[in-house]
Amino acid sequence: MNSVHDMGGMQGFGPVRPEKDEPLFHAAWEARALAVTLAMGATGQWNIDLSRSARESLPPADYLNSSYYEIWLRGLTQLLLERGLVAPGELQSGQMQQAPAPVARVLRPDAVDAMLAAGTPADRAPAAPAQFAVGDRVRARNLHPAGHTRLPRYVRGHMGTVQRVHGAHIYPDRHVAQAQPPFDQRPEWLYTVVFDGPELWGPDADALLQVSVDAWEPYLEAERCA
Amino acid sequence: MRTPQHHPHHHPSAHDSTHEGSTLGTMEVRVRALESLLTQKGYIDPAALDRIIETYETQVGPHNGARVVAKAWVDPAFHAWLLRDATAAIASLGFTGRQGEHMVAVENTPLLHHMVVCTLCSCYPWPVLGLPPVWYKSAPYRAKAVMDPRGVLADFGVTLPPDTAIRVWDSTAEVRYMVLPLRPEGTAGMREDQLATLVTRDAMIGTGLPLTPDARGEPAQAAP
Repeated sequence: MNSVHDMGGMQGFGPVRPEKDEPLFHAAWEARALAVTLAMGATGQWNIDLSRSARESLPPADYLNSSYYEIWLRGLTQLLLERGLVAPGELQSGQMQQAPAPVARVLRPDAVDAMLAAGTPADRAPAAPAQFAVGDRVRARNLHPAGHTRLPRYVRGHMGTVQRVHGAHIYPDRHVAQAQPPFDQRPEWLYTVVFDGPELWGPDADALLQVSVDAWEPYLEAERCA
Repeated sequence: MRTPQHHPHHHPSAHDSTHEGSTLGTMEVRVRALESLLTQKGYIDPAALDRIIETYETQVGPHNGARVVAKAWVDPAFHAWLLRDATAAIASLGFTGRQGEHMVAVENTPLLHHMVVCTLCSCYPWPVLGLPPVWYKSAPYRAKAVMDPRGVLADFGVTLPPDTAIRVWDSTAEVRYMVLPLRPEGTAGMREDQLATLVTRDAMIGTGLPLTPDARGEPAQAAP
């Protein structure tokens, strides 16, 4: 989706403002929002791409006007409502008014360390050989899907070079196809593709700049003979 | 995105519907209501939430990444392993898991400087750097890093030689990047644990450089 979360190369946001001695959380609720989000993620009722899709589907003005953990919370609320895990009235009152829906798992304290230490690896056995190799010239396809994608706008249509092959990873655009488990985890080959600064930003760009994205094979096409 | 402002903590209950606070006060109420509701439903266990928060407050942070960098500076075999298979090399120090399942380390040289960003959201190598700072997740950084990284460095007060190339890594998949910065001058006699104190979070993102022994306040070697 071409929305405001896809920020690479936008202008007018002003300078980056690092905060000296920044605290880990700026309010107690931010810590709880992080932990609620991780714990609900552990129930297995959605996946990381569905979470990202919910956040980037917020109305653009709301996204820009919300702090980071507000965006997380709005995304989480959307995921809960969509699946009937909570009802709107319950969110208002904080009181359960209808029976819970079944969830696959509930994260208990003694399982937290193992969950965080294991993570959720995204690599899967490939179904077919890789189409590209290190050094290949490729073009990022000019795609504008209405749903979730991880191909940033600023590289679309541009020529780059494959610099690394990461194996086959779960393909985000397909990972969001099912709202509930089982999710479609069929992988695609994943590559680091590097672009020259002037290719992306024109003749006035920093000639000593290169930018890479990690791109799945369906995002790429072989260089066409001119 | 809006940057959160400091605000004194207050502790309204989930039923404090008359509370007329700032946005943060409202958020405190909303999050408490949500946590309470999800707990009543049996979806979450508040003690597990406490454990998650404790982990990121006390165990996981940039001190982990600093140990990785310092070891790479003093141990050639580990250095080679880190650049070849960062996930395994970093795991050998005990740092694994969520948001670091697939790690890549990229090494600065005098002629090449690396910078890591996530233009689409906030992807960041949690096991080695902890949770990302607000600026990393903010619109200015996500917008500017891929187009004008020298301008970003200027925002951090860092100037590179004009002939140093810049390579920006946009973390668009589940691969997470950390920068292996150049070892500072004047550190020849320092032990690994001393070197780790020079390695800043920003140096491992690529928006900063390691401290020099002088900046840290302790000379590398006894003064003559």
